[in-house]
Amino acid sequence: MKLAILGAGSVGRAVAQLSEAHGHSVIALADSRNAIVDSRGVNVNEALEHKMNQIPLGDSSLEDVFECEYEVLIEATPTTLESAEPAFSHIKQALEADRHVVLANKGPVAERFEDLQVIADESKGDLRFEATVGGGIPIMSTIEDIGPRNIESVKGILNGTSNFILTRMAAKNLSYGHVLAEAQELGVAEADPTFDVGGIDTALKCVIIANVLSGGGFSLSDAKIEGIQHISNHALNLSDSYDLTIRLVGEVAQGEINVAPTLVSKMSDLSVGGTQNIIQIQTAHAGVLTLAGAGAGGGPTASAIFLDLQRLKRDYV
Amino acid sequence: MGDKNQNSHRAYVVRLELTDRPGELLSVLEPIASNGGNLLSIFHERGDITPSGNIPVEIDLMCSSEQFESILSSYLDLDIKVTQSGEEKYKEELIILLIGESIVTDLSEIISSVNSEDSLSVVDSSTTLSSESPSEASTILRLAIKENDRLKAIDLVKSVLSDYGLHIIIDNEQGVGQ
Repeated sequence: MKLAILGAGSVGRAVAQLSEAHGHSVIALADSRNAIVDSRGVNVNEALEHKMNQIPLGDSSLEDVFECEYEVLIEATPTTLESAEPAFSHIKQALEADRHVVLANKGPVAERFEDLQVIADESKGDLRFEATVGGGIPIMSTIEDIGPRNIESVKGILNGTSNFILTRMAAKNLSYGHVLAEAQELGVAEADPTFDVGGIDTALKCVIIANVLSGGGFSLSDAKIEGIQHISNHALNLSDSYDLTIRLVGEVAQGEINVAPTLVSKMSDLSVGGTQNIIQIQTAHAGVLTLAGAGAGGGPTASAIFLDLQRLKRDYV
Repeated sequence: MGDKNQNSHRAYVVRLELTDRPGELLSVLEPIASNGGNLLSIFHERGDITPSGNIPVEIDLMCSSEQFESILSSYLDLDIKVTQSGEEKYKEELIILLIGESIVTDLSEIISSVNSEDSLSVVDSSTTLSSESPSEASTILRLAIKENDRLKAIDLVKSVLSDYGLHIIIDNEQGVGQ
């Protein structure tokens, strides 16, 4: 399919680089400043090399991107909250032009799910967002296939940064501040880590799941959120003496969204280590279904986007 | 998963009638201790006398079923009148981790306020006080809960502890003893 990619961060870049191998063609690529548009296919490597050397991607504008003959818009700009702009307007413009949209940006489906549904319902284009939750783990398509009405609750560890920090604090008996600094050096945590360690990222993902399960009605303000900033290595040691550890668990159950540090058995599936993610889907008829894997990063998130593209191809081409 | 030895232990209740004699209460506690049982609570109302002139006592304890049998047979040997016994009262276990400065100053008050709730009982606890940062003081409490409804018990714990400025971390339902 012909792709227009908005956002040239780790996800946008990975999608651009892996598109050809997945049988797609990138005909437009934009970052926050410039864009390159080529109906015969963008020379991805050259454009990304330009970006690395701080040379503009190309001499086109965002307007030019929307005017090209793309079939699917990949929205991979940074997540913003509340109005979810500018991503929301990008999606609206594409759907109103009857194009498909695939999201990596969590903001629009977490904060403005119902607004998006109205626009998507009137469009011949489809809206998919596997990449917004759990990186490379196919959570959304699994929920779609099982059917929201057959799902009672969903619980999981959906933020790799917090999980990395808790895992390392417990394993090496190191303080929160020490491990956070390490994670920032390794690029696992952002300079401002609040979004991850404060539980907001996990909450957004839970809100998206809640919206899918209930057909909308939730935004970030509906989530009860507690982060991991107050967890000390002493608390982890104490938990360890009971064969327990602490994980930042997000849960969607009975119309409520809760994100909080939680004691989990060291033997349980939920005690995944490092940047791994895991999700447990409590089904009505098939018990608990557990999926685990890489929850973030360019490659895994791009693979979720290709999964959406595969479904669009199956349903529309 | 995550089974500890204590998980084969269950909560039991024994109702006894004691004669009004010094040392009588101690004699019913001794078999619990010598059999390795864990005393949760004891209710001994001295003014409340049965028609036969005895004092009713209710004892809650945690132990294995084997231990419970030998405790009961000790009572038989000692001629202590057991009016009721069984595994009934506490249905579930709940583990909570508390973090905050008030653990340094108010730990015993915190534990007794949890224990003062009829449906909650602290089975054991373990505490770490950090001298360099009191706000990191932590304690873990293992509770036996009477409530069938775990969520109600969690709400109750949170409301009992709401004035202490603590971070309360609850165990994942599927993580403990399952």
